[in-house]
Amino acid sequence: MSSADLSIDYLDRISGFGQSEYSDSFVYRPTTVDEIRDVFTLARKNGRQVTLRGSGRSYGDANMGTENLIIDITRMNRILSWDKESGIIDCEAGVTIENLWRYCLEDGWWPPVVTGTMYPTLGGLLSMNVHGKNNYCQGTFGEHILELDVVYSNGTLETLKPSDERFYAVISSAGLLGVITRARLQMHHVKSGSLKVLAEAAKNWDEEFELFERYENDADYMVSWVECFGKGNKAGRGQFHAAWYPDRVDLKSRKPDAQDLPPLLMGFFPKSMMWKVMKWFFNRTGVRFINWAKWMASSTIGNHKIHEQPLVAFSFLLDYVPDWRRAYEPGGFIQYQSFVPKEHAKRVFAEQVRMQQGAKLESYLGVLKRHRPDKFLFSHAVDGYSLALDFKVTKRNRKRLWELAHKMNDLVLAAGGRFYFAKDSTLRPEDAKQYLGEAIPKFQKLKQDLDPENLLTSDLAERVGLVPV
Amino acid sequence: MKFKTAIIIGASSGIGREIVRILASQGVIVAAVARRKDKLDELAAEFPGKVLPFEHDVLNTDEVPALFLEITKQLGGLDLFVYNSGVMPEVESNEFDFKKDMEMVNVNMVGAIAWCNQAANRFQNTKHGYLVGIGSVAGDRGRQLQPVYNASKAFLHSYLESMRNRLSRHGVVVSTIKPGPVDTDLAKHMKMTKMSARQAAEICVTKFDKNGEHYLKFFHRFAFYIIKRIPSPIFRKLKL
Repeated sequence: MSSADLSIDYLDRISGFGQSEYSDSFVYRPTTVDEIRDVFTLARKNGRQVTLRGSGRSYGDANMGTENLIIDITRMNRILSWDKESGIIDCEAGVTIENLWRYCLEDGWWPPVVTGTMYPTLGGLLSMNVHGKNNYCQGTFGEHILELDVVYSNGTLETLKPSDERFYAVISSAGLLGVITRARLQMHHVKSGSLKVLAEAAKNWDEEFELFERYENDADYMVSWVECFGKGNKAGRGQFHAAWYPDRVDLKSRKPDAQDLPPLLMGFFPKSMMWKVMKWFFNRTGVRFINWAKWMASSTIGNHKIHEQPLVAFSFLLDYVPDWRRAYEPGGFIQYQSFVPKEHAKRVFAEQVRMQQGAKLESYLGVLKRHRPDKFLFSHAVDGYSLALDFKVTKRNRKRLWELAHKMNDLVLAAGGRFYFAKDSTLRPEDAKQYLGEAIPKFQKLKQDLDPENLLTSDLAERVGLVPV
Repeated sequence: MKFKTAIIIGASSGIGREIVRILASQGVIVAAVARRKDKLDELAAEFPGKVLPFEHDVLNTDEVPALFLEITKQLGGLDLFVYNSGVMPEVESNEFDFKKDMEMVNVNMVGAIAWCNQAANRFQNTKHGYLVGIGSVAGDRGRQLQPVYNASKAFLHSYLESMRNRLSRHGVVVSTIKPGPVDTDLAKHMKMTKMSARQAAEICVTKFDKNGEHYLKFFHRFAFYIIKRIPSPIFRKLKL
């Protein structure tokens, strides 16, 4: 029997960050490159495939592989070298954004691109080539990598630099070509551990886009909350934030103590209990009320004002309330994020929100960001905007929600838009084929060269037709 | 349906076969495991793509760990596991046949341990799953006829109760089903009113997602509530 050497003791139930799908897999946590090679050998011997996983922060099924062996990179978390003069850090792929800022901020360096949570690993950040709230000016995470090591399924280790064509495929290809085990990263120099943050209430879609256009040549970060229940001239209302690195040196604010998120809300309520309270409100009526209250607060308290905020508090909003995703239990949630060229963005996003309202499946949270294109193989970015939408998944709404997502996909594709594997749960093969275009045959050629046995796969890769099922 | 994937051990005839047919007709992908390949192939032909046949004799316990992994790989996971294999050779009231008794011990007990341990270990790790054993009302009391069969089913009930106590904290449901007389190969030598295998299977399926011990008829529940409480000095004088 081919499976003789696998042990059920390694079996675990895993999910993406959205917890809307689960799968059972054999999870291995190697600490060295040789141990990664051993997992490939074990998989080959047992006729199984391998899926890569970091901290499990991809929302959908990109880090899941049903009945596969999982290489969980989180134990390869050593910082190998740090030069505080140049801001160049060399680390293993299991190092997280949190590890990076805690290690480097006191010396005046901050990760050049960060996600909304500090827990993703370098391996995950690069496999998905993530962006942050500064995508329009700093590009993706991959654009700040000076060098990386990748182990292919045959055990070969290759070092890639930006001058190598393969560099742009290994980064962004969702962990389907090889295991990134080490990366050398250029950190971003900061004088202070704070940001100057401007808050502006936007009354509708027109004001949202006007604010982005006003600050895009100036601000270091831009992001806007979009309230998805608003109709008519209130549609698209929300709160826009722009942020700048201050020009003064402030050593104190760079220390971890000054950055740590407070454990209490308003000084008395334990944040660890917040998700339980949120759960009561996580229905259409409750969220409509919360959004209304947030809108009222946004348009009155602190509107048009600049305040200082620690880098961590501004950057990692998803970590502000621990376990908040549990408020979506038992069905979990999906995040639908589409990227649309700037000339069509307002129309497409307004239509998406109208479609949600028509289906009574409004997103509980909408986030608008500005982007620029990049040259990575599976690029998600465009010269335009993205709207990220969180949807609660229930047994009753699941089918309708997927239908809605597919209709929204059609709208995005017709406008020349793109999608993002780190967030995706709903793409169909024809959607991926249309937006990735020429990238798919290029990927398949690379796959044939680097992983001819098709050992590396994922539930997402199979769902969207990147690899044979 | 709560289950997307299932393994049925002892799927070639009787209740097991009907359970396979019911689950497959409801869209569950079922691994049908039994000795008689021709019977399994019939099931696979009846439900193409839904029933995966695996030829296996539960006496070959060494095969079980690898076969279990292979089946779960082909199924793409596992939600439901049902151990239905069982034998009850005809035993005279004055007969003590070690060979027959060992066959019952090996199929009804050792095979159950070999398979259920695999499923239990998997479900404990994955923190979900439904583990089902088909026991019998015969296991409720040590009666004159079929001492080893009764004991083997009593063992299964107790073993599954332990499993339930171990696994329920991990979100796993363990269900023990105690059919009475059912019109199957196993009970063909018994002359009494029997429930059809189809009818028994239909009721069994409704009990799979419920922790605890389940009878198929209210009458059985009531009768065995009484029978279990008959004092031993009286019970040994009865012809039950």
